Amino acid sequence: MHEVTVTRKKQRWPSDALMKVMLGLPALAAAALLLLIVVFLVYEAWPVMTGRSGISLLDFFRSDGWYPLQEQFGMLPMVWASIAAALGAMLLAVPMGLACALFSQYLAPAWIKGLFNSMISLLAGIPSVVFGLWGLTVLVPLIGQWQPPGASLLAAVLILAMMTLPTVALTSRAALAATTPSLYQGAAMLGMSRHRILLGVLVPAARRGILGGVLLAIARALGETMAVLMVAGNVVQTPASLFDPIRVLTANIALEMAYAVDQHRSSLFVSGLLLMAMVAILAWLANRMSRSMAHG
Amino acid sequence: MLDFCLRRLAILILSSGLVFAVQAESPRLTITGSSTVAPVISDIGKAFEQTNPGTRIDVQTGGSSRGIADAREGRADIGMVSRALNDNENDLAAYPFAMDGISIITHASNPVNALSRENTIAVFTGKITNWKALGGPDRPITVVNKAEGRSTLELFLAFFQLKNSDIRAQVVIGDNQQGIKTVAGNPGAIGYVSIGTAEFEAEYGTPIKLLPMAGIAPTTAHVADGSYPLSRQLNLVTAGPAGGLAAEFIAYARSASVNALIGEHFFVALSSAK
Repeated sequence: MHEVTVTRKKQRWPSDALMKVMLGLPALAAAALLLLIVVFLVYEAWPVMTGRSGISLLDFFRSDGWYPLQEQFGMLPMVWASIAAALGAMLLAVPMGLACALFSQYLAPAWIKGLFNSMISLLAGIPSVVFGLWGLTVLVPLIGQWQPPGASLLAAVLILAMMTLPTVALTSRAALAATTPSLYQGAAMLGMSRHRILLGVLVPAARRGILGGVLLAIARALGETMAVLMVAGNVVQTPASLFDPIRVLTANIALEMAYAVDQHRSSLFVSGLLLMAMVAILAWLANRMSRSMAHG
Repeated sequence: MLDFCLRRLAILILSSGLVFAVQAESPRLTITGSSTVAPVISDIGKAFEQTNPGTRIDVQTGGSSRGIADAREGRADIGMVSRALNDNENDLAAYPFAMDGISIITHASNPVNALSRENTIAVFTGKITNWKALGGPDRPITVVNKAEGRSTLELFLAFFQLKNSDIRAQVVIGDNQQGIKTVAGNPGAIGYVSIGTAEFEAEYGTPIKLLPMAGIAPTTAHVADGSYPLSRQLNLVTAGPAGGLAAEFIAYARSASVNALIGEHFFVALSSAK
């Protein structure tokens, strides 16, 4: 009796076909969404990109400063600032994240390992605005006592390093854990010292996974808005020293979007497009690098 | 299992449809605009909801420019604008309901107690870069400016007859709170924010100091009697003359019954000014 109802139900609900549709539609929608966003960005940025309103695309790179209400739309300083902040953060986060991964995977005693891992995971879960608030009220005044005004590229780099460190640490640890145990055992049998095994054998073996994590971290650093907005000072200028206040592209959109009209508004969509282009180049680079590594 | 899921889904969809139906029935007012005006209008909105059960007042910030754009294009019923309307905004109807002043603020530990108009301009344009030149300690000045598009910035620039590109800022901020936190955390900083917010924060022990403008102390009392020079109207704007619920709300916001509420935010109700 029970059997019969089940088969009848199967006929009423062709669940496999239904599943295909139910999973396929959201998957397609997710892909279409990216396309829609790009189309929307281009559509909104179009008035200033075509040069009809007296600005050409080149002006975004040639103009001296960013004074949209005075029709100066120089974005290059913000591009440099974004790159400097993201790369600076990587200089700190990659070695430290890798160290965290190696420590927790191979060196830490068992009881520390559990505690350490959960702390790293917790760090990954802190909302960016909390980092920003902490940076604004603690870190910036601290740097300010040493090198006023405090709100600076350095503050942005430190905050971003803290935010991306768990990304690097967690992905690196997963990549190291995925290497075959025979690598470690083989290296140990050859009589290699521990640090030679870790740095000379296991890290190179896990490099694809580690690189993937680093690129994920760069993308997060480039896209981070709120925390950077709160600590970086937001003055539009090409960073000449670590203590210069800077404004990154994302902060520019967040600061001015709600207040912008006409050309000003369109030019903010251009900074959105620029940001997407930077991330796209990054993804392409990552793809190439991982492919060449697979062969080499 | 799947059957059960689908049935639950159906219930969910049905019930959310009901929720929408209920929401559509209650009269609703969307108000967007200036971040200076939003907190007080939000409070007035809550009071209005209580005296008019069933109504919903939805307040969103985004700056005066957004208030004007939203009111014009019908995305909001009422726009909040923290300045008088410009000549090219005559198509909108403006209903002033309160006054606010802008004050220059420094860190509380800064011994400089007043700045002349010339010195203020020199500081903000980067001609004076150390407090020593103004009789203070040997400490570099950190100029805190507002991001482009904010009405506080427009008012400040117009008052000192400056262009934004003249200003040599070390920090650019978004809203008043971020400005106050930045100045409170930096002994060499100078910035400008709404008097209402600054007076409130100073009273609650935030280490900031309000500097007088042209010899007149920045207090809400001086804004009220009209003697403080750098002050502004807070406006509610609508596309064309207000009607219906919007008109009721505007009348309520301009009535004497909300004077206390406006005072709590350190603004000056227009019915009590002058």
